[in-house]
Amino acid sequence: METFIIQLLNGLVFSMLLFTMAAGLSLIFGQMDVINLAHGSFYLLGGYIGLTMVRRLDSFWLALLVAPLMVGALGLVLEYVFLRRLYGRHRHLDQVLFTFGLALIAADLIRWNWGAYVESVPPPELLSGQIPLFTVQFPVYRLFLIVVGVTLAVLLGLLLERTRIGAIIRAGVADAHMVSALGIDIHKVFAGVFALGVALAALAGVLGAPVLNLYPGLDFEILILTLVVVVVGGLGTLRGAFFGSLLIGMADTFGKAFLPEFTLFLIFAVMAVVLLLRPSGLFGLEGV
Amino acid sequence: MAAITSRLARARVRLTHRRTWWLVFLALVAVLYPYLVRPYQLSLAIEVLIFAIFAMSLDILLGYTGLVSFGHAAFFGLGAYLLAYTTLGITNNLFVTLPVVVVGTAAAALVAGFFAIRTSGIYFLMVTLAFAQMLFSIAIRWSSVTGGSDGLSGVTRPAMGIGPLSYTFDSRTSFYYFVLAFFLGSWWLLRRIVESPFGWTLRGIRENEQRMLALGYNTFRYKMAAFVIAGIFAGIAGMLLTQFFRHAAPENLYWTTSGQVMIMLIVGGTGTLTGPVLGAAVIRLLPNYLSTYTDRWQTVLGLTFILFVLFAPQGIMGLLRRFQERSEDREHSAN
Repeated sequence: METFIIQLLNGLVFSMLLFTMAAGLSLIFGQMDVINLAHGSFYLLGGYIGLTMVRRLDSFWLALLVAPLMVGALGLVLEYVFLRRLYGRHRHLDQVLFTFGLALIAADLIRWNWGAYVESVPPPELLSGQIPLFTVQFPVYRLFLIVVGVTLAVLLGLLLERTRIGAIIRAGVADAHMVSALGIDIHKVFAGVFALGVALAALAGVLGAPVLNLYPGLDFEILILTLVVVVVGGLGTLRGAFFGSLLIGMADTFGKAFLPEFTLFLIFAVMAVVLLLRPSGLFGLEGV
Repeated sequence: MAAITSRLARARVRLTHRRTWWLVFLALVAVLYPYLVRPYQLSLAIEVLIFAIFAMSLDILLGYTGLVSFGHAAFFGLGAYLLAYTTLGITNNLFVTLPVVVVGTAAAALVAGFFAIRTSGIYFLMVTLAFAQMLFSIAIRWSSVTGGSDGLSGVTRPAMGIGPLSYTFDSRTSFYYFVLAFFLGSWWLLRRIVESPFGWTLRGIRENEQRMLALGYNTFRYKMAAFVIAGIFAGIAGMLLTQFFRHAAPENLYWTTSGQVMIMLIVGGTGTLTGPVLGAAVIRLLPNYLSTYTDRWQTVLGLTFILFVLFAPQGIMGLLRRFQERSEDREHSAN
């Protein structure tokens, strides 16, 4: 029972990190039909920028603020200079291929700049303690991650459901051409959503660094899990990203605890079952 | 009018002649190649031929059927491991190993395809990627069976024949001919497939699946067949690479391998079969030249790829076609 609850909490922690990734990926897809294969690279880049800031300025909180801003700005530039050229293409694939090329370059440059070693980032002092839970100690930082994840889910939900910008974004998911016809500059919306999505990935990178460490290759590990999350949950909806993250986060954590050799196999099995029953995911929009 | 027609006919004859001479020249170079170059360059040629088979197999899926698989390394790596198991455990005789690889990869493609082909577009891409990554994680983690991150080594080169009449392709030169035979065989078979009514049905599905459904085609079965064919040829390529390096590595299953073959295909030009061969040559040889100038060759490769996606989405074949049209125009206006 005790191990079960500990694993449940660990699963929640990982789920919340996955949600932060999946929300961005899903938003970007819903808006412009692009699967961002560089999403894991933005995660890793965010994490490494955070690492540098923690080392140089000794402030985790500043890293948490600055890394997403920097990566978001980078996303804005990339969208404006490159992605925008590809929207009208007959072949939809080109946008995905572009982000794939980006992931390739990012992996190389990140390894060049930060090296190929596993880097660990200490959690901020305020949260570095442990609290007793049954007979073991549970890190405070992990509880903090759960709180942040839930808060983020609520905030994003409010942003999408209760604000004018959210209404425009939701309308863009339904029919971007129509939104454009109504006199809203859809390109600005696209750019904004892309920047927000990759900034969320970078935020996840900084938040996740004390738990998962940073190393080359993590970009694709995280990307694959995020892709599975959005396949299971359904693309284009926040609710899908949330429940997909819970399912996959738990499957991953419990798999690693009890069947370490077949964890990804287990996750793939979950995905296969969901696809058999509901080809567009648990909460997917029909016909996507 | 008649003058124009006859001039056109003459131009076409000239073009066919030119093509025949080119083919004769290429065949001569291919046959004499081991005697023209240094061993290292021969090794490169072997790798290029193997990756050309791999890239052509992906072209069946992506170029002809319009199914974007980002996990094609699954079958490449599976072919590699199946060959390694069979060679290490039973025999290196091609009459045994080839059927094992073909049947094994076909079976895996049937299972993966059963799930993947229910989905389409982006979902298909993600499901195939996840499938390959799952096989990779098994190869890495289940080390008692798969050799873990070391992979399986000590694989011998293939042999053919029975008993005393058996020949082992041990030397680099003989193995080059072995691979060349597989390359030509694959090229011929795949060419036959894409020019058959079946191949044209695949193109129909690529262009408009709804219409093909309305015409009464069971598109699921056609896509499945394409998926299995692509899987088998990818498996054969994986088999050849393992025989060449005498080693099956988990990297054969990794996303970078799927990515590399995708880049070869896009840079070469999809839907042409010749394109992937050119792409395989360029992408396999480029790092060799780049690495003398810079350590950041992967970045250069990525940039090259992005430039092709942005400015020449039809790949090298598209550029060549544009070039040819322009020179034909010039010929016409000169006449």
